[in-house]
Amino acid sequence: MKKTARNDLLLIGGLLLLALALYLVFQAGASRGGQAVVRVEDRVVGRYPLDRDGVFPLNGGTNVLVIGGGKAWIERADCPDKICVRQGRIFRNGQRITCLPNRLTVTVEGGAGDGADLVS
Amino acid sequence: MKTRKLAALSLLTALALILSYVESMVPAPVPVPGVKLGLANLAVVFALYALGFRAAAMISLVRVAAVAVLFGSGVSLLYSLAGAVLALAVMGALKAGGRFSSVAVSVAGGVAHNAGQILVASLLLRTELFTYYLPFLIVSGVITGAAIGAVSGILVRRVRWKRK
Repeated sequence: MKKTARNDLLLIGGLLLLALALYLVFQAGASRGGQAVVRVEDRVVGRYPLDRDGVFPLNGGTNVLVIGGGKAWIERADCPDKICVRQGRIFRNGQRITCLPNRLTVTVEGGAGDGADLVS
Repeated sequence: MKTRKLAALSLLTALALILSYVESMVPAPVPVPGVKLGLANLAVVFALYALGFRAAAMISLVRVAAVAVLFGSGVSLLYSLAGAVLALAVMGALKAGGRFSSVAVSVAGGVAHNAGQILVASLLLRTELFTYYLPFLIVSGVITGAAIGAVSGILVRRVRWKRK
């Protein structure tokens, strides 16, 4: 019984350490990004420079992207949980907003219009 | 005996469905896709300990299919199926190993469920969602899994299935 409890703690502690390590790896090297890249499924459907403010309906209007003050966020969405709206404003490289129901992602990526496409 | 088991399975499946429904009305506590309370896992973890792996697997898979028909979509079925299968595999293996309590088994199941869902989402969307959200999903899986595991442990001790 005691051994079980110790194993439990090891397992849980290990998982939490793994999460922390992964988080730190992703935080490192996050610099300010240049553009918001919108993808539906695996296709890039739009690139929006973060220095140009505007309101952009995405994916036939299921989600509305807003760019303002160098940040990007989803203002409205037609999905029930609104998780993408609540993910807030993104501006660092690699930061991402995801709408699983509409299979849509918005990712901040490097310099606007530099042509580099880092799709995996 | 057989009828008893059938009744128990049906009851637990119905319970899992109701818990799924209740959960669908509670907004996700943090805005990360895939984070859930996992209330329905209560029925699955309980079944795993009270009735065995096959019963837990049946309840979990029937729940996933029924939830998709009742309140979900085709895509959400894929996500939750992947999560459910991975969680069952991990929980079954850990429980069979006998080195962990129901809390740790449920924690591993919760993390596996989240990881499986986001892995499929990553594959469908062809982006590296998986790695990006994994840290948050691990932490939420640990928290909800521990709670579910603790409650299931208490239930297994208090509820007497096997009488006669």
